[in-house]
Amino acid sequence: MKSAVVLLPGLNRDRDMIAALTKISGHAPATVWQTDTEIPDVDLIVIPGGFSYGDYLRCGAIAARMPVMRAVAEKAAKGVMVMGVCNGFQILLEAGLLPGALMRNATLKFVCREVRLEVANANTAFTRGYAPGQVIRCPVAHHDGNYFADAETLTRVEGQGQVVFRYAEGTNPNGSINDIAGIVSEAGNVLGLMPHPENLIEAAHGGDDGRALFEGVLAKAA
Amino acid sequence: MKARVTVTLKNGVLDPQGKAIEGALSTLGFSGVGQVRQGKVFDIEISGTDKTKAETDLKAMCEKLLANTVIEDYSVSVT
Repeated sequence: MKSAVVLLPGLNRDRDMIAALTKISGHAPATVWQTDTEIPDVDLIVIPGGFSYGDYLRCGAIAARMPVMRAVAEKAAKGVMVMGVCNGFQILLEAGLLPGALMRNATLKFVCREVRLEVANANTAFTRGYAPGQVIRCPVAHHDGNYFADAETLTRVEGQGQVVFRYAEGTNPNGSINDIAGIVSEAGNVLGLMPHPENLIEAAHGGDDGRALFEGVLAKAA
Repeated sequence: MKARVTVTLKNGVLDPQGKAIEGALSTLGFSGVGQVRQGKVFDIEISGTDKTKAETDLKAMCEKLLANTVIEDYSVSVT
């Protein structure tokens, strides 16, 4: 699997993401800078987590308007798989590649801990490595992960099976509507999620529940 | 020209920060405070004298960047 990681000032999970992609796919991802207007031919483009542009204006708002995001949108329209984690999810929403918005956590507190995720739709390129309804462990670390969409959008997103991960077993850390932790685009090739699967891929992490997500993408790309 | 853009959360969108401020005002002893909604204000200097064009441009700025219209409303005024 060939992959690319988008780099923006203020992201801080890029090294973790690059390490996870390298270990699982056997190939180091290409990196693309925010001002790049072309992305190499890859199977997967990842926007990692962090605090691009210091979360100024709104989380992900400035990053979503950078030139590289036009290239990401073009690739997504062609069916290339795109994944945004944490700030990457916020950026995909701000760029209009996914529906809804992420707001300040209902508790107003930054949360950094492990949650449980239910695989709400195992029939996507990203979740095919999991069983339907499977509950996995995954770390979260964010201040603005409170997913919101208006009633009409929410009905559509739920009805089309676009919700792929939900916080399970009362672990919703942010007040997210319908316990939504991750969604895919209508076409299914763009995923945004708040939790960090790249931080739970090997024994040294204390578990590898996040690994199947990458392996699912790998198998799809093969 | 000086312009002011006000961005506020849409009705029905939960505002945890507004809620916290509401609670703090009540703690300070201010009685009669109902719902508090937090928003943002942008003061923007615009060159030229065409007020109508400035308003059109400001609305485009709101649609493209200053507001997230999924959750926020905006208003513009030029003086």
